[in-house]
Amino acid sequence: MTNVLAAATIPDAVTFVFAAVICVVGALGVVLARNPVHSALMLVMTLFGVAVLFVEEDAQFLAAVQVIVYAGAIVVLFLFVIMLLGVDQREAIERDPLPAQRPIAICLGILGLAEVLLLARGRWPTGARSVSGALGSPANNVQLIGRSVFTTYLLAFEVTSALLVVAVVGAVVLARRPRHAPGDDDAPLGAIAEHDEDLDGPEAADPEATDPEATDPMVTGPDATDAGSSDAEAGGAEAGAGAAGAGEAGDGELAHSEVTGP
Amino acid sequence: MTVEASWYLTLAAVLFTIGAVGLLIRRNVLVMFMCVELMLNAANLTFVTFARRLNDIAGQTAVFFVLVVAAAEVVVGLGIIVSIYRRRPGATADDIHGLKG
Repeated sequence: MTNVLAAATIPDAVTFVFAAVICVVGALGVVLARNPVHSALMLVMTLFGVAVLFVEEDAQFLAAVQVIVYAGAIVVLFLFVIMLLGVDQREAIERDPLPAQRPIAICLGILGLAEVLLLARGRWPTGARSVSGALGSPANNVQLIGRSVFTTYLLAFEVTSALLVVAVVGAVVLARRPRHAPGDDDAPLGAIAEHDEDLDGPEAADPEATDPEATDPMVTGPDATDAGSSDAEAGGAEAGAGAAGAGEAGDGELAHSEVTGP
Repeated sequence: MTVEASWYLTLAAVLFTIGAVGLLIRRNVLVMFMCVELMLNAANLTFVTFARRLNDIAGQTAVFFVLVVAAAEVVVGLGIIVSIYRRRPGATADDIHGLKG
Protein backbone atom coordinates (compact mmCIF):
# COMPACT_ATOMS: atom_id res chain seq x y z
CA MET A 1 0.00 0.00 0.00
CA THR A 2 2.58 2.51 1.02
CA ASN A 3 5.25 1.16 -1.31
CA VAL A 4 2.98 1.71 -4.31
CA LEU A 5 2.51 5.31 -3.32
CA ALA A 6 6.20 5.61 -2.49
CA ALA A 7 7.07 4.55 -6.04
CA ALA A 8 5.54 7.81 -7.23
CA THR A 9 7.23 11.10 -6.72
CA ILE A 10 6.12 13.17 -3.77
CA PRO A 11 4.23 15.87 -5.72
CA ASP A 12 2.37 13.26 -7.78
CA ALA A 13 1.37 11.28 -4.70
CA VAL A 14 0.25 14.40 -2.85
CA THR A 15 -1.76 15.58 -5.85
CA PHE A 16 -3.41 12.21 -6.25
CA VAL A 17 -4.37 11.92 -2.59
CA PHE A 18 -5.67 15.49 -2.50
CA ALA A 19 -7.77 15.07 -5.66
CA ALA A 20 -9.04 11.68 -4.54
CA VAL A 21 -10.21 13.07 -1.23
CA ILE A 22 -11.95 15.94 -3.06
CA CYS A 23 -13.65 13.46 -5.41
CA VAL A 24 -14.87 11.13 -2.69
CA VAL A 25 -16.07 13.92 -0.39
CA GLY A 26 -17.89 15.56 -3.29
CA ALA A 27 -19.49 12.28 -4.33
CA LEU A 28 -20.65 11.58 -0.78
CA GLY A 29 -21.99 15.13 -0.63
CA VAL A 30 -24.03 14.60 -3.81
CA VAL A 31 -25.65 11.54 -2.29
CA LEU A 32 -26.10 12.78 1.26
CA ALA A 33 -27.06 16.45 0.81
CA ARG A 34 -30.73 17.07 1.53
CA ASN A 35 -30.93 20.15 -0.67
CA PRO A 36 -30.61 19.52 -4.45
CA VAL A 37 -28.68 22.79 -4.84
CA HIS A 38 -26.04 21.52 -2.42
CA SER A 39 -25.94 18.26 -4.37
CA ALA A 40 -25.23 20.16 -7.58
CA LEU A 41 -22.43 22.17 -5.95
CA MET A 42 -20.91 19.00 -4.53
CA LEU A 43 -21.06 17.53 -8.02
CA VAL A 44 -18.97 20.49 -9.24
CA MET A 45 -16.41 19.62 -6.55
CA THR A 46 -16.18 16.03 -7.74
CA LEU A 47 -15.87 17.13 -11.35
CA PHE A 48 -12.98 19.43 -10.50
CA GLY A 49 -11.25 16.61 -8.65
CA VAL A 50 -11.63 14.34 -11.66
CA ALA A 51 -10.26 17.12 -13.86
CA VAL A 52 -7.17 17.34 -11.64
CA LEU A 53 -6.73 13.58 -12.00
CA PHE A 54 -7.03 13.94 -15.78
CA VAL A 55 -4.18 16.45 -15.77
CA GLU A 56 -2.22 14.08 -13.59
CA GLU A 57 -2.70 11.37 -16.23
CA ASP A 58 -1.59 13.55 -19.15
CA ALA A 59 -5.09 14.15 -20.52
CA GLN A 60 -4.94 17.93 -20.65
CA PHE A 61 -7.59 18.40 -23.32
CA LEU A 62 -10.07 16.22 -21.45
CA ALA A 63 -9.40 18.09 -18.23
CA ALA A 64 -10.24 21.38 -19.92
CA VAL A 65 -13.35 19.91 -21.53
CA GLN A 66 -14.36 18.43 -18.20
CA VAL A 67 -14.29 21.82 -16.54
CA ILE A 68 -15.89 23.70 -19.44
CA VAL A 69 -18.59 21.23 -20.46
CA TYR A 70 -19.40 19.46 -17.21
CA ALA A 71 -18.90 22.12 -14.57
CA GLY A 72 -19.68 25.01 -16.90
CA ALA A 73 -22.64 23.73 -18.86
CA ILE A 74 -24.18 20.60 -17.42
CA VAL A 75 -24.19 21.61 -13.76
CA VAL A 76 -25.45 25.08 -14.68
CA LEU A 77 -28.26 23.35 -16.56
CA PHE A 78 -29.01 21.34 -13.43
CA LEU A 79 -29.08 24.50 -11.33
CA PHE A 80 -31.34 26.23 -13.84
CA VAL A 81 -33.82 23.38 -13.68
CA ILE A 82 -33.69 23.27 -9.87
CA MET A 83 -34.39 26.99 -9.64
CA LEU A 84 -37.00 26.87 -12.39
CA LEU A 85 -38.97 24.05 -10.82
CA GLY A 86 -38.53 25.27 -7.26
CA VAL A 87 -37.67 21.83 -5.93
CA ASP A 88 -34.95 23.08 -3.61
CA GLN A 89 -36.81 21.93 -0.53
CA ARG A 90 -35.98 19.03 1.70
CA GLU A 91 -36.88 15.56 0.69
CA ALA A 92 -39.56 13.87 2.80
CA ILE A 93 -37.39 11.13 4.21
CA GLU A 94 -39.91 9.67 6.63
CA ARG A 95 -42.50 8.80 4.00
CA ASP A 96 -40.90 5.70 2.53
CA PRO A 97 -43.11 3.48 0.38
CA LEU A 98 -40.36 0.88 0.04
CA PRO A 99 -39.17 0.00 3.54
CA ALA A 100 -35.74 -1.61 3.88
CA GLN A 101 -34.86 -0.63 0.32
CA ARG A 102 -32.18 1.83 1.42
CA PRO A 103 -30.23 -0.57 3.70
CA ILE A 104 -30.39 -3.25 1.04
CA ALA A 105 -29.09 -0.78 -1.54
CA ILE A 106 -26.18 0.22 0.68
CA CYS A 107 -25.30 -3.42 1.38
CA LEU A 108 -25.47 -4.20 -2.34
CA GLY A 109 -23.16 -1.30 -3.14
CA ILE A 110 -20.58 -2.31 -0.56
CA LEU A 111 -20.76 -5.93 -1.72
CA GLY A 112 -20.29 -4.94 -5.35
CA LEU A 113 -17.32 -2.73 -4.54
CA ALA A 114 -15.70 -5.44 -2.45
CA GLU A 115 -16.27 -7.96 -5.21
CA VAL A 116 -14.66 -5.74 -7.84
CA LEU A 117 -11.67 -4.98 -5.64
CA LEU A 118 -11.19 -8.62 -4.62
CA LEU A 119 -11.50 -9.97 -8.13
CA ALA A 120 -9.14 -7.40 -9.58
CA ARG A 121 -6.54 -7.55 -6.83
CA GLY A 122 -3.13 -8.17 -8.21
CA ARG A 123 -4.24 -8.79 -11.78
CA TRP A 124 -5.71 -5.71 -13.30
CA PRO A 125 -6.64 -6.59 -16.87
CA THR A 126 -4.20 -5.72 -19.59
CA GLY A 127 -4.53 -5.43 -23.34
CA ALA A 128 -2.72 -4.64 -26.55
CA ARG A 129 -0.60 -1.54 -26.35
CA SER A 130 -0.90 1.47 -28.63
CA VAL A 131 -3.35 -0.05 -31.10
CA SER A 132 -4.83 3.22 -32.33
CA GLY A 133 -1.89 5.51 -31.75
CA ALA A 134 0.50 6.22 -28.92
CA LEU A 135 -0.30 8.71 -26.22
CA GLY A 136 2.64 10.94 -27.04
CA SER A 137 3.88 13.80 -24.98
CA PRO A 138 1.58 16.19 -23.11
CA ALA A 139 2.49 18.90 -25.64
CA ASN A 140 0.57 17.33 -28.53
CA ASN A 141 -2.36 15.85 -26.63
CA VAL A 142 -4.96 17.91 -28.48
CA GLN A 143 -3.36 17.12 -31.81
CA LEU A 144 -3.43 13.39 -31.15
CA ILE A 145 -7.06 13.38 -30.00
CA GLY A 146 -8.06 15.46 -33.01
CA ARG A 147 -6.31 13.11 -35.40
CA SER A 148 -7.92 10.12 -33.69
CA VAL A 149 -11.42 11.63 -33.80
CA PHE A 150 -11.23 12.75 -37.41
CA THR A 151 -9.62 9.62 -38.85
CA THR A 152 -10.18 6.44 -36.87
CA TYR A 153 -13.44 7.46 -35.24
CA LEU A 154 -14.86 9.65 -37.98
CA LEU A 155 -18.09 7.63 -38.30
CA ALA A 156 -18.69 7.81 -34.56
CA PHE A 157 -18.11 11.57 -34.72
CA GLU A 158 -20.71 11.98 -37.47
CA VAL A 159 -23.22 9.84 -35.59
CA THR A 160 -22.56 12.03 -32.56
CA SER A 161 -23.65 15.10 -34.51
CA ALA A 162 -26.90 13.36 -35.43
CA LEU A 163 -27.36 12.42 -31.78
CA LEU A 164 -26.98 16.03 -30.70
CA VAL A 165 -29.57 17.22 -33.22
CA VAL A 166 -32.01 14.55 -32.05
CA ALA A 167 -31.41 15.55 -28.42
CA VAL A 168 -32.06 19.23 -29.13
CA VAL A 169 -35.26 18.49 -31.05
CA GLY A 170 -36.39 16.09 -28.34
CA ALA A 171 -35.77 18.64 -25.61
CA VAL A 172 -37.80 21.26 -27.49
CA VAL A 173 -40.67 18.84 -28.01
CA LEU A 174 -40.62 17.72 -24.38
CA ALA A 175 -40.39 21.16 -22.82
CA ARG A 176 -43.05 22.75 -25.04
CA ARG A 177 -46.38 23.42 -23.40
CA PRO A 178 -49.14 21.23 -24.92
CA ARG A 179 -51.57 23.27 -27.02
CA HIS A 180 -54.86 21.39 -26.52
CA ALA A 181 -54.39 19.16 -23.53
CA PRO A 182 -57.69 17.81 -22.17
CA GLY A 183 -58.06 18.50 -18.48
CA ASP A 184 -55.08 20.83 -18.44
CA ASP A 185 -55.77 23.70 -16.09
CA ASP A 186 -53.33 26.24 -17.47
CA ALA A 187 -54.09 25.91 -21.16
CA PRO A 188 -53.28 29.10 -23.07
CA LEU A 189 -56.83 29.48 -24.40
CA GLY A 190 -58.27 29.49 -20.91
CA ALA A 191 -55.81 32.18 -19.87
CA ILE A 192 -56.79 34.30 -22.88
CA ALA A 193 -60.47 33.85 -22.12
CA GLU A 194 -59.97 34.96 -18.54
CA HIS A 195 -58.02 37.94 -19.77
CA ASP A 196 -60.86 38.90 -22.14
CA GLU A 197 -63.35 38.56 -19.35
CA ASP A 198 -61.28 40.89 -17.21
CA LEU A 199 -61.23 43.42 -20.00
CA ASP A 200 -64.93 43.15 -20.83
CA GLY A 201 -66.34 43.14 -17.34
CA PRO A 202 -65.44 46.70 -16.27
CA GLU A 203 -66.36 48.10 -19.69
CA ALA A 204 -69.81 46.67 -19.41
CA ALA A 205 -70.22 47.91 -15.89
CA ASP A 206 -68.53 51.29 -16.28
CA PRO A 207 -71.41 53.38 -17.80
CA GLU A 208 -73.60 52.39 -14.92
CA ALA A 209 -70.93 53.31 -12.42
CA THR A 210 -69.84 56.61 -13.99
CA ASP A 211 -73.21 58.30 -14.38
CA PRO A 212 -75.39 57.16 -11.57
CA GLU A 213 -77.48 60.33 -11.89
CA ALA A 214 -78.85 59.34 -15.29
CA THR A 215 -80.40 56.20 -13.96
CA ASP A 216 -81.68 55.05 -10.66
CA PRO A 217 -78.54 53.99 -8.80
CA MET A 218 -80.40 51.88 -6.30
CA VAL A 219 -82.11 49.66 -8.82
CA THR A 220 -80.45 49.76 -12.23
CA GLY A 221 -76.79 50.34 -11.32
CA PRO A 222 -76.00 47.41 -9.07
CA ASP A 223 -78.40 45.21 -10.95
CA ALA A 224 -76.68 45.82 -14.29
CA THR A 225 -73.24 45.44 -12.75
CA ASP A 226 -74.15 42.13 -11.17
CA ALA A 227 -75.70 40.86 -14.36
CA GLY A 228 -72.72 41.92 -16.45
CA SER A 229 -70.18 40.36 -14.15
CA SER A 230 -72.09 37.14 -13.80
CA ASP A 231 -72.47 36.94 -17.56
CA ALA A 232 -68.77 37.54 -18.00
CA GLU A 233 -67.99 34.84 -15.47
CA ALA A 234 -70.26 32.39 -17.20
CA GLY A 235 -68.57 33.16 -20.50
CA GLY A 236 -65.09 32.93 -19.01
CA ALA A 237 -65.82 29.50 -17.60
CA GLU A 238 -66.05 28.25 -21.16
CA ALA A 239 -63.21 28.39 -23.69
CA GLY A 240 -62.44 31.03 -26.37
CA ALA A 241 -65.92 31.06 -27.91
CA GLY A 242 -67.31 31.65 -24.45
CA ALA A 243 -65.20 34.78 -24.11
CA ALA A 244 -66.74 36.17 -27.30
CA GLY A 245 -70.16 35.34 -25.89
CA ALA A 246 -69.31 37.22 -22.72
CA GLY A 247 -68.36 40.24 -24.80
CA GLU A 248 -71.63 40.10 -26.66
CA ALA A 249 -73.56 39.69 -23.47
CA GLY A 250 -71.76 42.68 -22.03
CA ASP A 251 -72.58 44.73 -25.13
CA GLY A 252 -76.22 43.69 -24.97
CA GLU A 253 -76.34 44.73 -21.35
CA LEU A 254 -74.78 48.06 -22.24
CA ALA A 255 -77.29 48.69 -25.05
CA HIS A 256 -80.14 47.74 -22.79
CA SER A 257 -79.01 50.16 -20.11
CA GLU A 258 -78.59 52.92 -22.65
CA VAL A 259 -82.10 52.36 -23.88
CA THR A 260 -83.69 52.16 -20.51
CA GLY A 261 -81.53 54.77 -18.75
CA PRO A 262 -83.17 57.99 -19.94
CA MET B 1 7.01 8.32 -11.94
CA THR B 2 3.32 8.89 -11.44
CA VAL B 3 0.93 7.06 -9.16
CA GLU B 4 0.14 3.47 -10.08
CA ALA B 5 -2.85 2.88 -12.33
CA SER B 6 -4.43 0.55 -9.79
CA TRP B 7 -4.98 3.50 -7.45
CA TYR B 8 -6.89 5.36 -10.12
CA LEU B 9 -8.97 2.30 -10.89
CA THR B 10 -9.76 1.81 -7.21
CA LEU B 11 -10.82 5.42 -6.90
CA ALA B 12 -13.00 5.04 -10.00
CA ALA B 13 -14.63 1.95 -8.50
CA VAL B 14 -15.33 3.84 -5.29
CA LEU B 15 -16.85 6.75 -7.19
CA PHE B 16 -18.99 4.41 -9.26
CA THR B 17 -20.23 2.64 -6.13
CA ILE B 18 -21.15 5.91 -4.46
CA GLY B 19 -23.05 6.96 -7.57
CA ALA B 20 -24.88 3.63 -7.84
CA VAL B 21 -25.85 3.60 -4.16
CA GLY B 22 -27.00 7.19 -4.41
CA LEU B 23 -29.13 6.34 -7.43
CA LEU B 24 -30.77 3.60 -5.36
CA ILE B 25 -31.35 5.43 -2.10
CA ARG B 26 -32.41 8.89 -3.25
CA ARG B 27 -35.98 9.73 -4.26
CA ASN B 28 -35.45 13.14 -5.82
CA VAL B 29 -35.29 12.71 -9.57
CA LEU B 30 -32.73 15.48 -10.04
CA VAL B 31 -30.36 14.04 -7.45
CA MET B 32 -30.72 10.61 -9.02
CA PHE B 33 -29.72 12.21 -12.30
CA MET B 34 -26.62 13.72 -10.67
CA CYS B 35 -25.69 10.27 -9.39
CA VAL B 36 -25.79 9.02 -12.98
CA GLU B 37 -23.31 11.77 -13.82
CA LEU B 38 -21.08 10.52 -11.00
CA MET B 39 -21.09 7.03 -12.48
CA LEU B 40 -20.26 8.43 -15.91
CA ASN B 41 -17.31 10.29 -14.42
CA ALA B 42 -16.03 7.14 -12.76
CA ALA B 43 -16.14 5.39 -16.13
CA ASN B 44 -14.29 8.32 -17.70
CA LEU B 45 -11.58 8.06 -15.09
CA THR B 46 -11.19 4.38 -15.89
CA PHE B 47 -10.93 5.13 -19.60
CA VAL B 48 -8.20 7.72 -19.09
CA THR B 49 -6.32 5.44 -16.71
CA PHE B 50 -6.23 2.61 -19.20
CA ALA B 51 -5.29 5.02 -21.97
CA ARG B 52 -2.21 5.93 -19.96
CA ARG B 53 -1.47 2.37 -18.89
CA LEU B 54 -1.70 0.93 -22.40
CA ASN B 55 -0.23 4.05 -24.02
CA ASP B 56 -3.22 4.33 -26.36
CA ILE B 57 -5.01 7.50 -27.41
CA ALA B 58 -8.30 5.63 -28.02
CA GLY B 59 -9.18 5.76 -24.32
CA GLN B 60 -9.16 9.53 -24.33
CA THR B 61 -11.19 9.58 -27.54
CA ALA B 62 -13.76 7.37 -25.85
CA VAL B 63 -13.99 9.87 -22.99
CA PHE B 64 -14.60 12.59 -25.59
CA PHE B 65 -17.60 10.69 -26.92
CA VAL B 66 -18.85 9.90 -23.43
CA LEU B 67 -18.86 13.63 -22.70
CA VAL B 68 -20.95 14.34 -25.80
CA VAL B 69 -23.42 11.58 -25.02
CA ALA B 70 -23.65 12.76 -21.40
CA ALA B 71 -24.50 16.27 -22.57
CA ALA B 72 -27.25 14.96 -24.86
CA GLU B 73 -28.54 12.72 -22.09
CA VAL B 74 -28.71 15.61 -19.64
CA VAL B 75 -30.64 17.74 -22.12
CA VAL B 76 -33.26 15.08 -22.81
CA GLY B 77 -33.47 13.93 -19.19
CA LEU B 78 -33.98 17.43 -17.84
CA GLY B 79 -36.64 18.01 -20.50
CA ILE B 80 -38.48 14.93 -19.26
CA ILE B 81 -38.11 16.07 -15.64
CA VAL B 82 -39.43 19.54 -16.47
CA SER B 83 -42.48 18.10 -18.19
CA ILE B 84 -43.11 15.74 -15.27
CA TYR B 85 -42.86 18.53 -12.71
CA ARG B 86 -45.15 20.72 -14.78
CA ARG B 87 -47.92 18.14 -14.48
CA ARG B 88 -47.35 17.20 -10.84
CA PRO B 89 -45.17 19.58 -8.82
CA GLY B 90 -43.01 18.08 -6.12
CA ALA B 91 -43.09 14.61 -7.59
CA THR B 92 -40.48 12.10 -6.42
CA ALA B 93 -39.49 8.92 -8.15
CA ASP B 94 -42.10 7.02 -6.15
CA ASP B 95 -44.93 9.21 -7.46
CA ILE B 96 -44.15 8.48 -11.08
CA HIS B 97 -45.86 5.12 -11.40
CA GLY B 98 -48.28 5.82 -14.22
CA LEU B 99 -47.12 2.77 -16.15
CA LYS B 100 -47.50 0.42 -13.18
CA GLY B 101 -49.93 -2.37 -13.99
